[in-house]
Amino acid sequence: MTPEELHDLCTQEQEAAEQYPHHLYVCSSDPKSILAKDLRQEIKKRDKEKTICVHEVGFMGLGAEEPIVRVEPQQVYYQRVGAEDIDALFDSLDSGKSIERLACETLPELLKHQRLVVLDKNDRINPNRIEDYIACGGYQALMRALTEQSPAQVLEEITQSGLRGRGGAGFPTGLKWNLVAKAQGEKKYVVCNADEGDPGAFMDRMILECNPHRVLEGMLLAGYAVGASQGYIYIRAEYPLAIKRLRLAIKQAQRLGLLGHRIGEVGFDFNIELRLGAGAFVCGEETALLGSIAGRRGTPRPRPPYPAERGLWNAPTLINNVETFANIAPIMKHGSAWFANIGTEKSKGTKVFALAGRVTYTGLVEVPMGVPLRDIIFKLGGGIPNHCEFKAVQTGGPSGGCIPAEHLDISVDYDSLAQVGSIMGSGGMIIMDETSCMVDVAKFFMAFCCEESCGKCIPCRVGTSQMYHILQRITNGQGTLYDLELLEELCDVMQNTSLCGLGQTAPNPLLSTLRFFRHEYLAHILDKQCPAKVCKIHKVMEAVS
Amino acid sequence: MSAKTDVMEASEQKADPRWRSVEKTMRQHGYHANGLIETLHAVQEAYGCLDEEALRRIAAELRVALSHVYGVATFYNYFTMAPPGRHTCVVCMGTACYIKGAGEIMERISKEFNVAPEETSDDGNLSLLSARCIGCCGQAPALVVDGEIWGGLSADEVIERLRRVLNDA
Repeated sequence: MTPEELHDLCTQEQEAAEQYPHHLYVCSSDPKSILAKDLRQEIKKRDKEKTICVHEVGFMGLGAEEPIVRVEPQQVYYQRVGAEDIDALFDSLDSGKSIERLACETLPELLKHQRLVVLDKNDRINPNRIEDYIACGGYQALMRALTEQSPAQVLEEITQSGLRGRGGAGFPTGLKWNLVAKAQGEKKYVVCNADEGDPGAFMDRMILECNPHRVLEGMLLAGYAVGASQGYIYIRAEYPLAIKRLRLAIKQAQRLGLLGHRIGEVGFDFNIELRLGAGAFVCGEETALLGSIAGRRGTPRPRPPYPAERGLWNAPTLINNVETFANIAPIMKHGSAWFANIGTEKSKGTKVFALAGRVTYTGLVEVPMGVPLRDIIFKLGGGIPNHCEFKAVQTGGPSGGCIPAEHLDISVDYDSLAQVGSIMGSGGMIIMDETSCMVDVAKFFMAFCCEESCGKCIPCRVGTSQMYHILQRITNGQGTLYDLELLEELCDVMQNTSLCGLGQTAPNPLLSTLRFFRHEYLAHILDKQCPAKVCKIHKVMEAVS
Repeated sequence: MSAKTDVMEASEQKADPRWRSVEKTMRQHGYHANGLIETLHAVQEAYGCLDEEALRRIAAELRVALSHVYGVATFYNYFTMAPPGRHTCVVCMGTACYIKGAGEIMERISKEFNVAPEETSDDGNLSLLSARCIGCCGQAPALVVDGEIWGGLSADEVIERLRRVLNDA
């Protein structure tokens, strides 16, 4: 496909859409929802096939109230639309009066506080149609880069944007790309890390399910910039829908000549293959991930050499997270200056967060870096339900920490979160209220790391297990003050001597709860009480006596 | 077992239509060891679990040691060597589900249907499994019953619905 053909397809799709005076955008993440099908049937019955067009989209922004229908051009949102509401919906299109009982006022309000870059246009794109993505300007950044820009210019643009890796550690993306571009090697690879293992994080799943093409375009641009011709997406087997949509997206892109040989009719070849994970958290670590792609056990190896130098089959390999790749096309399209204008001094752009736990509106939100944590939880998350009191928010999964109420006003960026002992992580936020026991939460994460430790290095294999047993003792009411000292010592050893990130960061949830919620540990140890009444101390104590 | 029956069994397995998808996967990866995990996925999808016979055949076809195949098969949680029950119930134990009571749901199901976590009931009707996080945190606590996601249910509701599913069979 040439840039002209892409442009033609884009205008063709846009013109086709303009033929319809009414558009209904239907969003339901339930794969069994038949609302869109019912709507189409009704359109046929009412003989309105030429005036109303139904679009199924993957993401609207308010999961709890689905199915949601947006009526355009009026921009009216309806929530929890069922089969019984279809008649009313069509009548309202005729009369021009909106249906009050279905009106969704929350969503427009939530969207007002967000800034969509990664999730932009996802509310108008059917993930199963590459044409929808193209109609929204998709693949144009790629075509422009291929025909008008040199790889060095693409590298420069990404470096200038200030984008940092969205997988959690926040390594500057431009720097990483430059390392791979400069590395010596005939063959180079681009790998997309979609092994989203942090419990409580589902941004990558949603991005891939709602708009797989944006990630493909990002990978293509990366391949062009660093000089690679083969890409791999390493995705969790636990995400069947994302896998299905990715497979379809790759096929469609190949059909249109956006993947394969001579893309854009210039001398650029690039192909993307899927590789399925098989349920090992450690495979999110880059060297373990590369082992797994090569069909081996996913155990990390010491770095250096870094994958940028020696990665997949010893060739220079670029590894980025899903959300990082999803940022690439918008940056190339709007320019690095536009991107660098969003966010803070050291953390540019936006970040997608997955809100879950004790919060009114669970789901994805995208905000500029640097917004106060309080706004994310109380404005976008709608606060804590059932008049409960906010206690802590857990960010960064098993590598992150718990942030208490007194730090709610910090700005959400890589450095501020690190200052309070947590990390940005991939973007999962679990909100907890007074019904959660922080010692129990620390134990939960330690159990997780203990089970997911690959066993290669001793500090992690033995350390996680020892710490889990100590925490179990404390939650049973059998802990002593010496246990706290021992825990802190073990944390220090693990942080400094573990082979990979899993072991080095496994103590983080424990350390942050010890720092901010030490009184809860003391209550378990000295008073033999669990303030949140989660741990079953009393039963155990009775059994002992 | 004599060499002859070995060959017979191998040819029988070759004729098994379910093995075809496994063969196809290996072919797609050029019978290279790189495709081992993909091949194991194909076996589990076709047969429901991995068994020794399949691991031996794969080792021979991909020209790697059986110990290597076994090592990979047992490293990853997604692969199982035990045949699944007629129904499977996966309780998500992700953070969001955990703080919304997934532990209690697990306990209740285990007690109610007499099946230990990570095992299959004696009558082979139900496999009770746990997952690290299925990425449906918005619907916590979440379960996957026979491939269908159940979200936001109380322990009582889960037991009630699960009983209906099990009795239907």
